[in-house]
Amino acid sequence: MDEYPLLVAERIGKHFGGLRALQGVSLSLGEKTITGLIGPNGAGKTTFFNVLTGIYKPDEGTVHFAGAPLPSGKPHRVAERGIARTFQNIRLFSQMTVLENVMVGRHLRTRAGLLGALFKTAGTLREEQAIRDRAFQLLEFVGIAAHATRVAATLSYGDQRRLEIARALATDPRLLALDEPAAGMNAMERKRLGGLLEQIRNMGTAVLLIEHDVRWVMGLCDRITVLDHGERIAEGTPREVQTDLRVIEAYLGTSRSVTA
Amino acid sequence: MKGVSCRWLVLGGAALILLPFALELLLGNGWVRIVDFALLYVLLALGLNIVVGYAGLLDLGYVAFFAVGAYVYALLNSPQWGLHWPIWIALPAGALLAACFGVLLGAPTLKLRGDYLAIVTLGFGEIIRIFLNNLDSPINITNGPQGIELIDSLHFGSLSLGQMHHVLGLRIPAVVNVYYLFLVVVVLGMVFSHRLERSRIGRAWAAIREDEVAAASMGLNTRNLKLLAFAMGASFGGLSGGLFAGFQGFVSPESFTLQESVMILCMVVLGGMGHIAGVVLGAMLLAILPEALRAAGDWEQMVFGRIWVDPSNLRLLLFGMALVLMMLRRPGGLWPSNARRNELQGQ
Ligand SMILES: Nc1ncnc2c1ncn2[C@@H]1O[C@H](COP(=O)(O)OP(=O)(O)OP(=O)(O)O)[C@@H](O)[C@H]1O
Ligand SMILES: [Mg+2]
Repeated sequence: MDEYPLLVAERIGKHFGGLRALQGVSLSLGEKTITGLIGPNGAGKTTFFNVLTGIYKPDEGTVHFAGAPLPSGKPHRVAERGIARTFQNIRLFSQMTVLENVMVGRHLRTRAGLLGALFKTAGTLREEQAIRDRAFQLLEFVGIAAHATRVAATLSYGDQRRLEIARALATDPRLLALDEPAAGMNAMERKRLGGLLEQIRNMGTAVLLIEHDVRWVMGLCDRITVLDHGERIAEGTPREVQTDLRVIEAYLGTSRSVTA
Repeated sequence: MKGVSCRWLVLGGAALILLPFALELLLGNGWVRIVDFALLYVLLALGLNIVVGYAGLLDLGYVAFFAVGAYVYALLNSPQWGLHWPIWIALPAGALLAACFGVLLGAPTLKLRGDYLAIVTLGFGEIIRIFLNNLDSPINITNGPQGIELIDSLHFGSLSLGQMHHVLGLRIPAVVNVYYLFLVVVVLGMVFSHRLERSRIGRAWAAIREDEVAAASMGLNTRNLKLLAFAMGASFGGLSGGLFAGFQGFVSPESFTLQESVMILCMVVLGGMGHIAGVVLGAMLLAILPEALRAAGDWEQMVFGRIWVDPSNLRLLLFGMALVLMMLRRPGGLWPSNARRNELQGQ
């Protein structure tokens, strides 16, 4: 791992009423890595993402990103700092076209204002074309450029997940946080997605990934953090995590609660 | 294809230019006046469409911005303060102040949704009206319920649109002058709306309308963008208000009731939220139909030999029935945008 980690989250705590969704969870990751966040249902993985990306304010703990504290409770400021995300239950701008979805992602890195729009200045037109070109490029990168003009809601499930990744990449993130990007994909699609994520990492964007398919995630990630009942129970390389007794217990524990 | 649309443009333009003369000839001056007012409603509906249609925010107090623009023009162009400012200052000043009020209304409503947003905006509209009604003491600013009279008519330097002019032997009465001015403003309003919709800002508004959480996570400053929508929408309202004051020559608080706000919202919703052509159609229909139905009393007299339903009641009755029918048969509006149509078919 790098000497100076890109992301350092320390002792994050978050509760909903009496429910402790996160308790003292720490996680750090370096540039050019793929990090997995796994754990049984209800472990607090999505809650951690929501704290990280400013949708929830944590009750305890701090997050540092690229050397400076990350503002809490301000999603757009987090995106500006360079963290982009996707959602477990896909949240596209469903009535906009596929291309427009990605173009929205460019908003953050472009400037055209009201007057430029009203009077169609040369600068605005040029920027608009640049937005369009970059968005199309990203669609090609994730492999759905053929659907650019379709309404987002009409895409297949897998393509919608890919579109969410393209939209997130459009914000030029340094960290891409993906909440179960492979959910509902078959083995073939998973393999392709894995290749895509490796490509993204190699181009210099770190990836943080929530996933249930342990085998797939073990093959893909450089490091893995395991949550259970809101607490971090293990952290390390896939090999280390795989043999960790608490992890085995947690995954078996889910079947114990079924029999109870 | 291009040649065809160009021909339509020329034909449509010619029809719009000749329309007031045709109306004057066939139906009389009163109808040109009705169309003038309809154009002001179109401008209002276009403005509200930015807030409701583009950004997806509800505003039940929109008439407040119309009022602000009207009073700014009235105060800058009447004996009330003894001022007679040129319209290229008075109209933009009204639009600008209305935009400020738009931000003022927007700021406290940012976190509100649905019913709550409706109630707060509704209250805002009423507050402005009540202020206008009561700002005649201790210092007389608005002249209270009496309103402001003797407002200068719209004028460019010494050229007053409030008078009859003769051009090449053609008589051009005041209502026709004003028609041309309003037409130009409405066309500009449509062009600007269209450009806004297709711009980076318009795309951001659409994203917020579709999914605010996702929009914020993509780095959109939802607060500023919503305030911008309120301000833009309000400036259309303020401009329309200024034109109204200059045209009517008289303003009073009773022109700016909740009923007007509801009417403007109906125009947007009925025509097709977020779709410029639909909104224009909705505004024209709702502004002109009630006037047309005024004649219903005469028809009743003719057909039944007596008046069964009072014409003004009949107007409301038909109006209500049309609204209910519309919402049942065409929930996306008379002429919905593609996105709305998809949305409704998807359900
Ligand atoms: N907004 C909320 N209000 C109340 N409780 C919540 C909220 N969000 C999450 N929770 C609860 O917090 C716990 C952790 O939820 P979270 O969604 O983070 O789990 P997860 O690890 O993502 O699970 P899954 O694998 O099913 O997606 C769960 O018990 C959940 O019910
Ligand atoms: Mg989850």
